Order: sequence, then C-alpha cells, then structure tokens
Amino acid sequence: MAAPASGMNRFYLLLGAIALAGIAALVYQVKRPKGVSIPANVTVLTADTAGFRGYLLGSDSAKVEISEYADYQCPFCADFATVQFPAIRQQLIQTGLVRWRFRDFPLNMHPHSRVAAHAVACADEQGKFWEMHTAIFDHQSEWSQQRDASGKFRGYAQQLGLDPAKYDACMSSAKYAGRIQASLDEGTRLGVNGTPTFLIGGRLYSDRASTSDSIRALVMNLIPKAPQ
Amino acid sequence: MGLVLLSLAGLFIALYLYLYKLGAIGTLACGTGGCETVQLSPQSKFLGIDVALIGVVGYAVLLLLALLALQPRFAGPAWPARLLAVLSGGALLFSLYLTGLELFVIHAICRYCVASAAIVAVTFALAVRELRQVSPGPA
Repeated sequence: MAAPASGMNRFYLLLGAIALAGIAALVYQVKRPKGVSIPANVTVLTADTAGFRGYLLGSDSAKVEISEYADYQCPFCADFATVQFPAIRQQLIQTGLVRWRFRDFPLNMHPHSRVAAHAVACADEQGKFWEMHTAIFDHQSEWSQQRDASGKFRGYAQQLGLDPAKYDACMSSAKYAGRIQASLDEGTRLGVNGTPTFLIGGRLYSDRASTSDSIRALVMNLIPKAPQ
Repeated sequence: MGLVLLSLAGLFIALYLYLYKLGAIGTLACGTGGCETVQLSPQSKFLGIDVALIGVVGYAVLLLLALLALQPRFAGPAWPARLLAVLSGGALLFSLYLTGLELFVIHAICRYCVASAAIVAVTFALAVRELRQVSPGPA
C-alpha cells in the first residue's frame, strides 16, 4: 500500500533512527563490562577458610580420603569429572571406601575458572554444590570459549532450581574469592602444578589420564594399610 | 508500515537472544531468570539449529518483504502481501509451539520469547488485513 512520498520519507527516517538505536543497544550489550568478576590473588582472611577445607562427598568413616585439585575450565578435569568420576562415585564413594574432597585450583591461563568456582560455591550455599559442579563440567564446551561465561553459569543455577536473587547476590559479592584463593595456595604449597591432581594417601598423583580403574587400584592398595 | 516496525522489533529481540547464545552477552536482562533457563534448555534448538538464529533469519525475511510491499511498484500485485501472510502465519504456529514448550516442558517463561510471540501474532493479523485490502474477495 503506497503512501505519499513525503510521508514515506519521514517513515524511512524514523525507521533508520529506530534501527540505529537498536544497533547501538546491541553493541552496548556486547561491549559492556563482564557481569561478574572474581578477583585473583586476594588476601586470604582467616574467616575465608574457617571451618572449610573443601567440598566433601562420602562417609566420614571411609578408609581412604582423596583430595582432588581441579580447575573448571581445564579439559582434562572435565573429562575426569564426566567420564571417570561417576564410576568412582558409585564404586568407591557410595560403598563407603573413599571420602572425596574437592579443592579448587583455578589456573591463571583459564579466564573463567574462578567465576566457575565461585558459581559452584554460591550453589553450595543453597545445598546444590555437586549438582552445579557436575553441570559446569558437563557443559564446559558450551561456556569455555565464551567472552563472558557468567550468564551460562546463572542459567545452570536456574535449571537446578536455585533462588536467582540469592545466587546473584552471592556472585556479585565475590565473597568466596578468598576461599578459592586459599584452596589454590594450599595446592601450590603441596606441590600441585597442574590439574587434575589427586592427593591419595599423602602422595600426589597428577596423571592427566587418571581413570576410575587406576584410582580404584590405588585405593585398594591403601586399604590394607589403613588403621583398623 | 506497522509490519516493518514489528519485524524490526522482532529482529532485534532475536539478535539479542542469539548474541547471548553465542556468548557475546554475559547475562540476559531478565528479572525472573527464566530467559536463561529457556535459552540453555535442549528445546532452544530446533533440528539442531538455534531457535534464536531461526528468529533472526525469519524476522529479517519478514522485514525485507514488508519493506518490499511498501514500494509503489509492488502496490498492485497481491503476492508480497500473500507471502507475508503465509510466512507470518508459519511463524505464529512456530511461536505457539515454542510457547507450549516453555509452559509444559521447560516450565520457565522467557519474556523475550513472549514478546516475540506477541509481535508475530500482531504481524500475522496485520498481514491478513493487508492481504484483504490488496485482494478483496468476491462481493
């Protein structure tokens, strides 16, 4: 339906202005600073680690404890978490043989590691640590190469049924930055220099191809030596 | 003109959601948080293609057609209006399907998806009205 030429010109001007405003809004969204940033190398306060030495899974009376030092953006850690850990959980943790202790070890080469570790800490506040831990590792390929992964983490939190307001407040406070740093410092002191690294029976194992079978073999070797 | 403006609005909504899918935008401005749940769900892909990308392409085609239909040389023939009605009708059915997924499968509502569905519904209504004007039925 044709309109008078002067009216059409005004319409095209309006259309151009709206298009420009829309493009500007999108560019602003792309260029704006990251939603969440978790600082590195923060000063660790006593309160950051009070009563906390990692995320635990398994029985207190398990005969062997394994500490895993891992980085959420490390592909070997994701392989371990998604392929090997389910079997370890079923065969060693749920059977009461092993207690698992997860420790954050965010490597500087990975820009999203600390944000991921913090997102999981915030999920832990709402009792969903292992669910968030699994979701972030399961979807590593989805967020790892993104400029800002915090939106994806928030999405996983939503899917797990976390309270979004509490999650957002926790993330923007960066309250667990010190705890994450303390975990990294602890690993560094122990000699951890790559991920994933496992502390089993006082020794570090950093074979990137660690499997549920190799860990099971180590555990079985240790069990006879465990105090009765 | 209304068809052009609506298609442009829909195009920007779809672009915003697609940029989020690409990871170029951190978090979506969505108070309820349901947007991210919807955008990260398996249902955010249709036949392996991001629904947001389908929206970008669909709205771009609608916008071009609507602009074409405004040109004086296309004031006579009915095919641009007919094509607009058919495409926006298809888009409306697809939007209804996606809204059903939000309500009954994902159990979360994305306000941008709702806005897009509303835009598509009004676009379809305008396209049908346009079609009636350019090709009036038998008296």
